Formats: sequence, structure tokens, C-alpha cells
Amino acid sequence: MNKWNRDQIAQKVALDIPEGAYVNLGIGLPTRVANFLPPDREIILHSENGILGMGPAPLPADIDPDLINAGKEPVTLQPGGCYFHHGDSFAMMRGGHLDICVLGAFQVSRRGDLANWHTGAPDAIPAVGGAMDLAIGAKKVYVMMDFLTKTGDCKLVDTCEYPLTGIGCVDRLYTDLAIIDIHQGQLLVRELADGLTFDDLQRLTGVTLTYQPAH
Amino acid sequence: MINKTVATLEESVAGIFDGATVMIGGFGTAGQPAELIDALIHQGARDLTIVNNNAGNGDIGLAALLKAGRVRKIICSFPRQSDSHVFDSLYRAGQIELELVPQGNLAVRIQAAGAGLGAIFTPTGFGTLLAEGKETRHIDGKDYVLEYPIKADFALIKAHKGDRWGNLTYRKAARNFGPIMAMAADCTIAQVNQIVSLGELDPESVVTPGIFVQRLVRIQHQPAASAA
Repeated sequence: MNKWNRDQIAQKVALDIPEGAYVNLGIGLPTRVANFLPPDREIILHSENGILGMGPAPLPADIDPDLINAGKEPVTLQPGGCYFHHGDSFAMMRGGHLDICVLGAFQVSRRGDLANWHTGAPDAIPAVGGAMDLAIGAKKVYVMMDFLTKTGDCKLVDTCEYPLTGIGCVDRLYTDLAIIDIHQGQLLVRELADGLTFDDLQRLTGVTLTYQPAH
Repeated sequence: MINKTVATLEESVAGIFDGATVMIGGFGTAGQPAELIDALIHQGARDLTIVNNNAGNGDIGLAALLKAGRVRKIICSFPRQSDSHVFDSLYRAGQIELELVPQGNLAVRIQAAGAGLGAIFTPTGFGTLLAEGKETRHIDGKDYVLEYPIKADFALIKAHKGDRWGNLTYRKAARNFGPIMAMAADCTIAQVNQIVSLGELDPESVVTPGIFVQRLVRIQHQPAASAA
């Protein structure tokens, strides 16, 4: 069986983003999606710190400390892009103006609850940032994550054990083993990694899946 | 003649009192008014409540204020970062209080204060740890959490250009919290790279109208620190 690697997952997400979409890519793994957006589509990237039309990293000589992304890495602005303050930026997020956001996750429940901000460990310093606004605000919430943790537990669960980021907010999962839609209480498996059968996937999780390939 | 410009950083932070709530602009170091924070450290006010998106980076600016032991409580959305070691050790030692707020709720609570609202209902955080114990309401098919405004005695912000009436423009993504914090504080203090004559700022491009600004001070040099 060939698991999809992180770039392959990012590429699958990127190919599903349509022309004209306003998109926020969360910190970490989702940032990679930007590398695979089809160049023939105009897709506008939003950054929570007040940028629409965010472009790729600059050349070292062009780094501007006033122009960074949510992960605080230097970025550029595309022609037509603009800046705005945090009030407007989060109105875009919370107010349902973004078409898609892509987030990472510790766990996702079968009802689409998302846990991605806090492990809940007593010594952990919690940090939430814009995760809760993105989770409940974007029209579509896509999650990129491994299907299993490093210790082999499935991250798609009946009920999240980690503190929640948002309730019933996840629409689709892009994992290393499968793409799964969360739709009206059902988990619809749309695509499986090469060599993996639906039964293989079902055996890895305690939640009930339905095989309904996209094509 | 109205003239909100002050000549020195020392004058700009005069009167910030012990126990004050101080908003500090910036997202990481972009838009962080490092020189005003240094002036505040020098000024000596303590027991402060700080409102910022983060809790300091490296050892400069906000991190230096924390390190100097002047901050009793921080209200922020994202304290833990790769270079937040000053905050991390204070927090673990129980020497600083943290109120963690989802970033959009932080922004809208600041806006609510500036706009004179009594409270707001926000969908962000509903059903999570960060809404525990808070009043909720079901409105038009959706669940909301009641959140109260965050007001400040002072706001320290970084803008790009300003005039003596306090009108401000910003530079790129350094704008972030500046405009909304300026509206939510009794006394907003802006550091700017350039002070221009009245009328020189395009009125169509003024981001913060001068009514929200009480003092502004020009910073002589682009700080090397902000490139970190």
C-alpha cells in the first residue's frame, strides 16, 4: 500500500480549490497547499494578519519584516492584493466570506467536530490564534492530517478527546490514506490510497465509514 | 493649534500608571512598537495588564517588558511560539496571568470597546473550553457566546506616517491591530516613521482618523530589531 506523502496530500487539496476561491491556509501542513495551486487558476489567499492576495516567499533580498504570514514567515503581495486591519480580517473569517479554509488537526469526530489547538496536557501552554474563527467561519473547512497518530491511534474518532476548536465544522478530510467527506452525519470515503481497500481503511477506525467514490 | 506630536519617547509614555491596561499593537514583531515598549520599560510602570496578539518574541519589545517583571496579566490569542521563552518561563513559574482569547474574539472585543458597545454575541469558541461558563444564545439557528469589550487605558501602536492631528497610515501587514486598538484606549500613543504636514496624507487613504490618537512620536531610525 502506498500512503500519500505530505506533498501529495497538499496537491490533492490544491486541485480541489476552484478558480476564484478565497482561501485561508492554516499554519503548518496546510501552508504547503500554496505550492501546488494550479497556475492557471486565480485563487486569492487570505492571511489572518490582514492580507488578501498573499504571494509566495520573497527572495532573501526582498524580505520585509512588515510583510509576513500567519506563521510569521516573510511573504509577498500579488498585484491586486491588499492590506486591512484585524477587525476586517476576522470579519472575513467569521462572517462566512472565505470559501475554503484548510486546517491541521489532532482529532476530528464523525460529526465533524475539530480538535486542533490544545492537547489539554497539564503542562502545555495553550495557544489558539485564529483557529476557532476559521473553523466556524469559512464556507468549507478542509482538514489535512495523517489518518493515524504515530502510535497507531486513528485520528478520526467517535468523540474528540482533545479540547474542541469548533463543533460540527469539518466538511472534508484529506489524509495520507483516504479523502473522506463528512456529510449529514455520514463519513463518505471518496478516494483511497493505491493498494488500500475500503475494508483495510474501515479496520483502522472505530467509526463507520461509507464507500462512495467521487468518480 | 492642535499638535499631538511629542518630541521624545519619554514624553510619549508619560503618565502610564501602575496597574494600567495597555494595548500593544503588532502581530509577532510586525507592527510591534518596539521603541514605545522600550520607553515604557524605562518609564517604570508596573503591575500592567497587556493586550497583544502574542506574548513576546525573543528578548526584545514585549518580551523585554515581560522579562522586566512589569506585567501582571496578559490577554492574548497566541502566547506560545518558537521564540516565546520569556513568557513560557514566567507562565510555568506562575508569575504571569494569562487570559487566552480566540484571535477574532480579541479583535471584535477591542472593536466593541472602541465602538461603545456593551457586549457582543460571537459564534467563535461556542462549545469549547474558551467559552466555558459564559452566557450563550441561539439566534436565527446558530449558537453564540456573549463576550464583553476589552478597553484599555493606553494603546501603544506603530504606524507609518502621521500628521499633527493624529491621522495615521500604516505599512503593509504591520497594520494588524493598530487601527482597532487606537479606538479602544483612552490614550493612544502612536510611533511613526514619518510626520508629515497637515493635508499631506491623502484623506481617502487615512486609516486611523486623528480623533482616535492622542500622542504621536517620530522614530528616527528603522529599528534593526523589527527585522528579527
